[in-house]
Amino acid sequence: MQNKKRESKNSLSRKFRLSEFLAENTIKLVSFTSFAIIILIFVFVFREATPIFFHTEKKAVSQEFSKSESYGDESAQSSKDNYSSFSSGSEDAASFKNLTQKEWQPVSENPKYGLLPLFIGSLKATILAILFGAPLAILAAIFSALFASKRLKEIIKPAIELLASFPSVVIGFFALMTIATFFQSVFGLTYRLNAFTGGVAMAFAIIPIIYTVTEDALTAVPKYFSEASLALGATKWQTALFVIMPAATPGIFAALLLGFGRAFGETMILLMATGNAPLSSFNIFEPVRTMSATIGAEMAEVVVGDTHYTVLFFIGALLFVITFIINAIAEFYVRAKLMKRFRGE
Amino acid sequence: MMNNKLLGKSIVIISALAALIIISALVYILLDIYIGGKNYLTWEFLTSNPKEGMTAGGIFPAIVGTVLLVLIMSIACVPIGTITAIYLSEYASKTSIFTKMIRFAVNTLSGVPAIVFGLFGLGFFIQFIGAGMDKAMYSDGRLHWGQPNLLWASLTMAFLTVPVVIVSVEEALRTVPDELRAGGLALGATKWQTIRKIVVPNSLSGIMTGAILAIGRGAGEVAPILFTGVAYFLPQLPHKLTDQFMNLGYHIYVMATQSTDVEATKGIQYATAFILLILTFSLSFVAIIIRYRFRKKIKA
Amino acid sequence: MKNIIVLLLLAVFAFGFTADNKVITVKGSDTMVILAQRWAEKYMESHPGITIQVTGGGSGIGIAALINGATDICDAPRPMKASEREKLKARYNTLGVEVKAAKDGLSVYLNESNSVKELTLQQIKDIYTGKFTNWKQVGGKDAKIIVYGRENSSGTYVYFKDNVLGGEDYTSTMQSLPGTAAVVNAVVKDQNAIGYGGAAYAKGIKYAAVKKDDKSPAYTPSEETIKNNTYPITRYLYMYLKVRPTGEIKDYIDWILSKEGQDIVTKVGYFPVK
Repeated sequence: MQNKKRESKNSLSRKFRLSEFLAENTIKLVSFTSFAIIILIFVFVFREATPIFFHTEKKAVSQEFSKSESYGDESAQSSKDNYSSFSSGSEDAASFKNLTQKEWQPVSENPKYGLLPLFIGSLKATILAILFGAPLAILAAIFSALFASKRLKEIIKPAIELLASFPSVVIGFFALMTIATFFQSVFGLTYRLNAFTGGVAMAFAIIPIIYTVTEDALTAVPKYFSEASLALGATKWQTALFVIMPAATPGIFAALLLGFGRAFGETMILLMATGNAPLSSFNIFEPVRTMSATIGAEMAEVVVGDTHYTVLFFIGALLFVITFIINAIAEFYVRAKLMKRFRGE
Repeated sequence: MMNNKLLGKSIVIISALAALIIISALVYILLDIYIGGKNYLTWEFLTSNPKEGMTAGGIFPAIVGTVLLVLIMSIACVPIGTITAIYLSEYASKTSIFTKMIRFAVNTLSGVPAIVFGLFGLGFFIQFIGAGMDKAMYSDGRLHWGQPNLLWASLTMAFLTVPVVIVSVEEALRTVPDELRAGGLALGATKWQTIRKIVVPNSLSGIMTGAILAIGRGAGEVAPILFTGVAYFLPQLPHKLTDQFMNLGYHIYVMATQSTDVEATKGIQYATAFILLILTFSLSFVAIIIRYRFRKKIKA
Repeated sequence: MKNIIVLLLLAVFAFGFTADNKVITVKGSDTMVILAQRWAEKYMESHPGITIQVTGGGSGIGIAALINGATDICDAPRPMKASEREKLKARYNTLGVEVKAAKDGLSVYLNESNSVKELTLQQIKDIYTGKFTNWKQVGGKDAKIIVYGRENSSGTYVYFKDNVLGGEDYTSTMQSLPGTAAVVNAVVKDQNAIGYGGAAYAKGIKYAAVKKDDKSPAYTPSEETIKNNTYPITRYLYMYLKVRPTGEIKDYIDWILSKEGQDIVTKVGYFPVK
């Protein structure tokens, strides 16, 4: 295979052809796009977030600025209309002290941009999703990879892959309408929308990815592993449990990491099903506000360039970095380990 | 020994049960949403505008918006994805740094949260490219391109779906037997001619699968378009690239959380969710079948 | 295959360069988009030759568009922020023109089973700032108060905070939901819940009668009480322009403030300004 490719490359270098040269280089250039996209995301999400690091005191807006001319109001409602004059708020730039505190109150006299509750919220919902989704997904993968008949496997695999095509907004809607009501009536929960509901709903979103990667890892274990085990007199399930599973552990670990990354960045489900209160508690039946949902809920209304705007971009940058690291670990560390093991090095 | 047997059996049963639970949950969600919306699922619902402050009428503009979005998106992401896949499977040497970079980028890209794509679209397309275009092309100081619109939302979505196309097309290209390539080259065709006339035509179904999967993904995602072009309600259909648009997924979200009358619109919400679900579901069903068939062909 | 692609590309290009008609553009709050749309529809019926384009997206987006010159009129259920005015001033040397286009009452929603019927502004404030956490503190049964509110991106959030909470921060146990419909939905399902939102949304839900203080009588939001300001939580829905309206825009705004325009306000569920 490798040789054949090399040969074809040699035959090509016999004669220089312009069209060949153009084709190859155009293709090379276009294929660079995905790398460029990653760089662009990195640059532009951080670009909008950087003002955080260079905070300047904004001068207070003088009150005389703050009244528009009114029109069509000649009949003059009493001048003491019951709206207070503009709560301009000191548009406090976010310092690190502000970012690390325990409160998220971005719209306030003195805005508090504490990211801690949001981070805890994301973590809580993600861990719950993994706790619900991972066992189901891994067990299902074990069943379809190791125990199921070929026929059955041909049903289970595509069915779970179909679950991946459920849009997260539909899962969120289902969680809001059905799951939340169900859990509240079963457990008598104080809060209808909470981390638990969001976690269960999000499990549906991560089951397909964990299932697929685990299944791949299990089927990738070389045949001679199981043949050797069976030849030594082990039963089918013993082989599965004590030979194939350990061999595929790094792959399963990768599946968990990918599921974690997916859940951590998920937006619509959490926006709809978790109640979005920025609490820093560890009670799983209390509402949570996650990083992703915060961006989704607040970005549409902020003034471009405002502190609030930059903080939201900063949260986005954090999300990007966190998922990036998790995926990189899954990619490099785990794959390398898996390879090594199978080659018996 | 008896104990061992029992343990073995229970492992099989438990794992089978897990698979069963997942599949029945899937069926349950489908049924639940179908039952909730079945009274609204009429032809008229699909082809009429929302009425009476979105408490009645249909979802036609949302369907049109979604279709336009995925069309423009695929014009961008299918060629890029296909060409990248051709590079990875036909030209790239496994060990070069360039190849590794691209592979890493593709994997990373598929793990970037959808909402981050939304922020990126806002920061890059709208605030940078769009605002830049306005400065360069117009002197009236008005915003033309520097605001959320159909084009920017579609391109943002295209970036999100590129990896889907790449993975699927590359898999298809790998299944083209090397004998075919060798045959082409042996007859004196150049490498590029071989790829164009032999390799690509033989993997068309793979490219189709990639496109279909990308469209399914793009139709269902909401987070990337939240700040890049989707609108709550529009009285007329989008008719140029700088218009905003309505979208099925976003429609579900706003109807469930922001409609003027939650109880009265419950049926509409379920029905919209069902339509979207059927759309993405059947797209991915078709993709799975195509893929299954060519996998079988290879094995044979 | 190739032909299809070429056709598609052509279609997209043709689509990209469709000429624009002379139009009035209205952009802004999603709360007001339905109302704005109704106005536009009715106005266009009686004034052929004028196209009014309405888009939502949020008050922030609308005001940004006004500042950037992307829209003629901006709808907002909250007054413009000082920072926004400053930007407008910097760019056009005007502070903008404010039109009070309609009035809205904010209802305080309660669950059907809740025995509490009336609340004073002070009590509401104490509940939302987290001082009161149990219904028995306001004369109800012994149960935890589940507080629902809106996302901080909404005009309603800001209005309620400025006018009911006197500028204080909401309790962090408040669950912020993305829309008033979500709040209504949550309160309907949650026995111990309290929520707030526009009176227009209060269909099929119980709302508390609100008292200014202990001594004053309690009022429920209705057209009468909101119009004469006896219901204590009312707000205006605004339209903003860069400069005093002239020409078609002036005609349009005058029509909105006329009886015909204000009748539509009532129909949609808000309240007329006059």
